[in-house]
Amino acid sequence: MFHWLEKHPFFFAVGVFVVFSWAGLIMILPTFTKASQPLVGTVPYTTLELAGRHIYVANNCSGCHSQLIRPFKNETDRYGDYAKSGEFAYDRPFLWGSKRTGPDLMRVGNYRTTDWHENHMKDPAGIVPGSIMPAYRWMFTKLADLDTAYAEQLTVQAAFAVPYNKPLPAKDGGTNMVKLADTLEGAKASALAEARTVAADMKDQDVKDLIAQGEVPEIVALIAYLNRLK
Amino acid sequence: MENRPLEYDYTVAKLWMISAIVLGIVGMLIGVILAWQLAFPGVNLLLGEGLAEYTSFGRLRPLHTDAVIYGFTVSGIMATWYYVGQRVLKVSMAESKFLMVTAKIQFWLYAIGVVLIVVSLLFGLSQGKEYAEFIWPIDIAIVIIWVLWGVQIFGLIGIRREKTIYISIWYYIASFLAVSALYIFNNMAIPTYFASGGIGSIFHSVSMYAGTNDALVQWWFGHNAVGFVLTVPIIAMIYYFLPKESGQAIYSYKLSLLAFWGLVFTYVWAGGHHLIFATTPDWMQTMGSVFSVILILPSWGSAINMLLTMKGEWNQVATNPLIKFMVLASTFYMFSTLEGPIQAIKSVNALAHFTEWIVGHVHDGALGWVVFMIIAAMLHMAPRVYGREIYSKSLLNTQFWLQTLGVTLYFTSMWIAGITQGMMWRAHDEFGNLAYSFIDSVIALEPFYIIRAVGGTIYLIGMFIWAYNMYKTATAGRRVEANELQNTSPMAS
Ligand code: HEC
Ligand code: HEM
Ligand code: HEM
Repeated sequence: MFHWLEKHPFFFAVGVFVVFSWAGLIMILPTFTKASQPLVGTVPYTTLELAGRHIYVANNCSGCHSQLIRPFKNETDRYGDYAKSGEFAYDRPFLWGSKRTGPDLMRVGNYRTTDWHENHMKDPAGIVPGSIMPAYRWMFTKLADLDTAYAEQLTVQAAFAVPYNKPLPAKDGGTNMVKLADTLEGAKASALAEARTVAADMKDQDVKDLIAQGEVPEIVALIAYLNRLK
Repeated sequence: MENRPLEYDYTVAKLWMISAIVLGIVGMLIGVILAWQLAFPGVNLLLGEGLAEYTSFGRLRPLHTDAVIYGFTVSGIMATWYYVGQRVLKVSMAESKFLMVTAKIQFWLYAIGVVLIVVSLLFGLSQGKEYAEFIWPIDIAIVIIWVLWGVQIFGLIGIRREKTIYISIWYYIASFLAVSALYIFNNMAIPTYFASGGIGSIFHSVSMYAGTNDALVQWWFGHNAVGFVLTVPIIAMIYYFLPKESGQAIYSYKLSLLAFWGLVFTYVWAGGHHLIFATTPDWMQTMGSVFSVILILPSWGSAINMLLTMKGEWNQVATNPLIKFMVLASTFYMFSTLEGPIQAIKSVNALAHFTEWIVGHVHDGALGWVVFMIIAAMLHMAPRVYGREIYSKSLLNTQFWLQTLGVTLYFTSMWIAGITQGMMWRAHDEFGNLAYSFIDSVIALEPFYIIRAVGGTIYLIGMFIWAYNMYKTATAGRRVEANELQNTSPMAS
């Protein structure tokens, strides 16, 4: 049979394809049919948080940081409760990473604060002596792209039925709702309002000036995202 | 293998050779910069505070991985295809105007793609998935370039004179098919600009999959990208170039068959080993571990087949630097395909995952196997393509020893670093508290980061020597006659 295949490249190629694909089909399809269900307490991203997430992606923080706590005692001691599938239901793309040059960040919002991040992002080694994380000073003046974040919110709402403007069960038994404005202006206004509450805990003069002018620097969006990682 | 005097046309092969050399140097130069950044974070500001955004580790890392994988390795694959394909199918590119034109279009599209990729990654335009960072317009271009390669493969096969397709061609076909399927599935995304009626960046898209599902598709892709770009086409090369250069027949045809079908059959299953202890289903993680161990068989099958091909001719290893490169490449292949399965065992992965040990594994495979094989293949091609002898054997030997030293420093330092890191993270003191804070593990790694950076720099110097030797061969090597080109490549001392 193999000799025959070697003289008939078309059937050879079909053979390769079949032998290659079977595992993919068995592995991927069944898992996909039961799409990941969000865990109680997991909510979609706000415009500002999503803009921060885009900054995290653009600077490839995942190249050095994981967001996946494995079920081992040392990891739960260090980073908090281990990861569950439903917690990632709104993550497109997933940001688990494959390398821990720096610590895991999946629940960093539980133990780091806005002003800690502010100082750390400006000068990591100044806050944590011996750190090899690069400084991100340009983020204090470069503006966040809220438009694209809003465009993504609209897209996932329409394409994947991500539940914006709907009451979602919260961990304490109540409900949460993430609002999504009808217009770009509305979305930007609420992002700015959220940015003000973050920036209230910050000291950097550039950040204060930009917020006062109604602009949102990248660092504020990024910190809003890091704070929500819980 | 070929007995009829047929003129082959290497115009396109030459273009890809140049591209492999240039992108190899660029990609590894960025790797060296990354390595120094981890040793001395000040290097993040190598072009000053004003350009910090573009020289920062995170931005440069995908540029490195994509330049060495999709730049250097893919160029090497294409360069060898446009050489090997004609020769084993016994048909010249010049015989088909259509193939010639589409091949040139393919190359120039690729060249434009490379420029767009460099610019977009530097500006932080990324989909955020490892080895699949490119934004959607570039993805479309890549699919076209890849499909054009398929047109080449099947086009040339269509007009072949040799009816039986040689082992190397099996591997090129497998690589083409697998990468096509994987790449398209993993990059399924919706451009948000169009979906939202014209808001925001036109380059941004959102993945069709979320969370755990996205991770599954990504690592099904990522693992097989490793397999079908960094392994399968490289095996295609060694099956052609080692017998050619040594004048020895392949040791066993049966073993070739077993290794080929075995590899295609098991490879995909092993993808689960990237997600062990993640939130993926348990059975998939277990399958990932089990199939990784099974994967030793077809991997070693090929490698042993290659080493036994040299049976009785081991003296060539001492005398011919090209054979040296290839024998070391198959040895490193055996080495990383033993190391990989070990890392895929659950209890070992618990320690190794997320650490430098994985980076060590990546680079003993990449530097020891992929790069060595491509270097040897292109050195074998040079005299045949340019009709000149290799410019300098002593430079070649120097390069060989430098790069062997470089890769050894790289993987040994990363092993120690990775295991140290893994042990420090999990250590508890006598009261059950964590023994070390995270930063302790960062500081402990500094000496190893420095050793790795030194090793990488030495390896890069070897790349420059190779580029110089190739350049001199093409422009100043002594002209050779066809009868000098039978087996061992002619080279000046
Ligand atoms: C070169 C690798 C590297 C990159 C890239 C990197 N980091 Fe880090 N990061 C580290 C290291 C090492 C530490 C631990 C030392 C420290 O706290 O500075 C760290 C620590 C942190 C911490 C503190 C976590 C804790 O538990 O104390 C946060 C938050 C953080 N990084 C966020 C980021 C963000 C956001 C980005 C992307 C904009 C980023 N990092 C990019 C290496 C990196
Ligand atoms: C001079 C040679 C090279 C040097 C110095 C080098 C250096 C590096 C460094 C410093 C990193 C980052 C590791 C980390 O984040 O901790 C890296 C990652 C990587 N490199 Fe290289 N590299 C070199 C050549 C290559 C080649 C030739 C290939 C492939 C053909 C390659 C493939 C990769 C891959 C796939 C990663 C990502 C690894 C992961 O995520 O686990 N490198 N390299
Ligand atoms: C039998 C063959 C092999 C097996 C079973 C294997 C197994 C593994 C395992 C278990 C990991 C670590 C996953 C993790 O915990 O993060 C890994 C990572 C990797 N391997 Fe292999 N390996 C094999 C051969 C190779 C070869 C020949 C190469 C070629 C260069 C290679 C390239 C890589 C790369 C690039 C990664 C890093 C992916 C990432 O995290 O970014 N592997 N491999």
